[in-house]
Amino acid sequence: MIKKTPSSRKTEVTDSGYDARQAPVNAKLGRDEKIEFFRDMLRIRRFEERCLRSYQGGKIGGFLHLYIGQESVAVGCVSVMGGDDHIITAYRDHGHGLAVGMGMNEMMAENYGKYTGCSKGKGGSMHYFDPSRHYWGGHGIVGGQVPLGTGIAYALKYKGIKGACLTFMGDGAVNQGAVHESYNLAALWDLPVVYIIENNGYSMGTSQERSSAGESLAGRAAGYGMNWSIVENGHDVYEVRDKVSKALKLAHDQCKPSVLEIRTYRYRGHSVADPDSTYRDKSEIEEYKSTKDPIMLYQNALVAEGVLTDEIIKKIDDSARAEAETSAQFAEQSPYPTLEDIKKDVYWEVDNPQDKKSVGNLFFD
Amino acid sequence: MPVITYREALRHAMDEELNRDPNVVIMGEEVGQFHGAYKVTEGLLAKYGPKRIVDTPISEAGFLGMGIGSAMLGLRPVMELMFFSFYSVAFDQIFNNAANIRYMSGGLINCPIVIRGPANGGTNVGATHSHTPESIAAYHPGIKVVVPSTPYDAKGLLKSAIRDNDPVMFMENTILYGEMGEVPTEEYLVPLGSAKVMREGKDISIIGHGRAIQMALKSADMLKEKHNINAEVVDLRSIRPLDEATILASVKKTNRVLLVEEAKPFCSVSAMLACIIQEKAFDYLDAPIRRVTSMDAPAIYSPPLEKEQLPTPQKIFDAALAVLK
Repeated sequence: MIKKTPSSRKTEVTDSGYDARQAPVNAKLGRDEKIEFFRDMLRIRRFEERCLRSYQGGKIGGFLHLYIGQESVAVGCVSVMGGDDHIITAYRDHGHGLAVGMGMNEMMAENYGKYTGCSKGKGGSMHYFDPSRHYWGGHGIVGGQVPLGTGIAYALKYKGIKGACLTFMGDGAVNQGAVHESYNLAALWDLPVVYIIENNGYSMGTSQERSSAGESLAGRAAGYGMNWSIVENGHDVYEVRDKVSKALKLAHDQCKPSVLEIRTYRYRGHSVADPDSTYRDKSEIEEYKSTKDPIMLYQNALVAEGVLTDEIIKKIDDSARAEAETSAQFAEQSPYPTLEDIKKDVYWEVDNPQDKKSVGNLFFD
Repeated sequence: MPVITYREALRHAMDEELNRDPNVVIMGEEVGQFHGAYKVTEGLLAKYGPKRIVDTPISEAGFLGMGIGSAMLGLRPVMELMFFSFYSVAFDQIFNNAANIRYMSGGLINCPIVIRGPANGGTNVGATHSHTPESIAAYHPGIKVVVPSTPYDAKGLLKSAIRDNDPVMFMENTILYGEMGEVPTEEYLVPLGSAKVMREGKDISIIGHGRAIQMALKSADMLKEKHNINAEVVDLRSIRPLDEATILASVKKTNRVLLVEEAKPFCSVSAMLACIIQEKAFDYLDAPIRRVTSMDAPAIYSPPLEKEQLPTPQKIFDAALAVLK
């Protein structure tokens, strides 16, 4: 179902016979690309399952916000990004990291708080970054990254780069003021940003009905005269690709922002240590797993197409498990940051003493 | 040397940096078409156009956060807060995002942003518009805090702040905007983190920043006239980085210290200075350190009372005599 905004800036026309597989962005996909999407989703799942074991073994501190169940969203979105596009998300950031091409080793090591981690053990699971792959994090405060994504889009437009910033948030973020302020600025100034609400139904332990007024979360964009639409089947990597590529085209060709709400589901607690039983039944999770699991459904589709065979699936799965296991060993064997490292990466000029212009003390201990 | 206002000095700094670096963008409420709520950015829109001089909605968390995001991608936004007091509306963006992004990314991302605007009391605008948050800002590693007290420093420090690769909170003063001072026509920079001895003396060190320094200079005149006391006045100019060397040299020379600031006394810059001085120059002190700050309550509106709530030259004069007793 695709909704129309009441504003003059219309979204695409509803088509009851919609088949995401036939969308231009998907119709031409070759065998290798399809296998790649499958592999990427499975790698995310196996990586996170391995993270969970390490967490339960006391190797990972703090929080662990798992993406299991939502893999089709990150993989689908990233797969349609062009070379000048950028991406930023909140704290459930492992899937996006792997999707943009970060390595399991640097990610797992970051979770372990090791110096070989992507942020040298300074950020942790919620704060992955890889600007070389246009991935700007990994942000811990609900909604706090949304103005940043808007600013990245602003800078792209300012520099005359025909790219956009995919700015992710969860369904809980839509009630934060910073998100609405960002919507207003993006619509006011025609910024090339695609806001993506990954709606997994729960902001921590509070359901959408108990936290957000109105019928749809994306529909709030209409108040800003912004295009919006909903990906009802967020478990379908093809539907995700189709809708996101259209939103990106709008950003690239017309420099217009839009909001996409992608309906998805997480299988684990908000963070894995959080209890699930206070706000949903196990049966709800089982129901989704058995009918809408994005990896299972895609696997079935590709088997039916003759793209995947049991043999290929096993090979991909074994490889993903082995890669995850290797990353845990890598993290285990890596050194922790040193006490000296605590005060590095605070100020640019302290880390670049040859170009230091200021004088005086920057630290006070 | 031309004599210009503090306001003009700030404008010249932005003008020169806009001219020098195409990545510099001025953003804020009323900075363009309205010429700036305090006319600091007057004329810049006409000269540089709406791409470089951007009027924002009243939306501090949104536009400051947007500026931070754009700085991550290499722009050098200079964001005006109409009143620095409004920083609190964007607190999360400034102190979670700008201050931490370099650290949490293990040094992969920089944030060369300047957040500037007037941070002062004394203008009868009540508690919400009279915050002086130097210590709150400087509390955060990753942030730099600069407070110029003269036109010369306003220009030289702002140019340095715009070229700095770390986030700088640049706190001005509406009461100082009209103050005149000599500012050279040729280009110069004042490095962040260098204090300035505004007046040399041997009997007591009066150390502070911002408008309190202008008051301290008046007090020093009074001390000289009435008691033949030679007070040394040290303007910090920058809170973080902090010029400990100049502070400690003055303390070791005069052996007596009076700290002055417009902010509240608890957890303030002067509280931190007192800690540093007793740690590093305890043996040189001949008397307890004293402070003159704002009275410890929200800023009162009532005009005659607000004057009394804030430091005055008389209060600084009296406190200096108490230190010298």
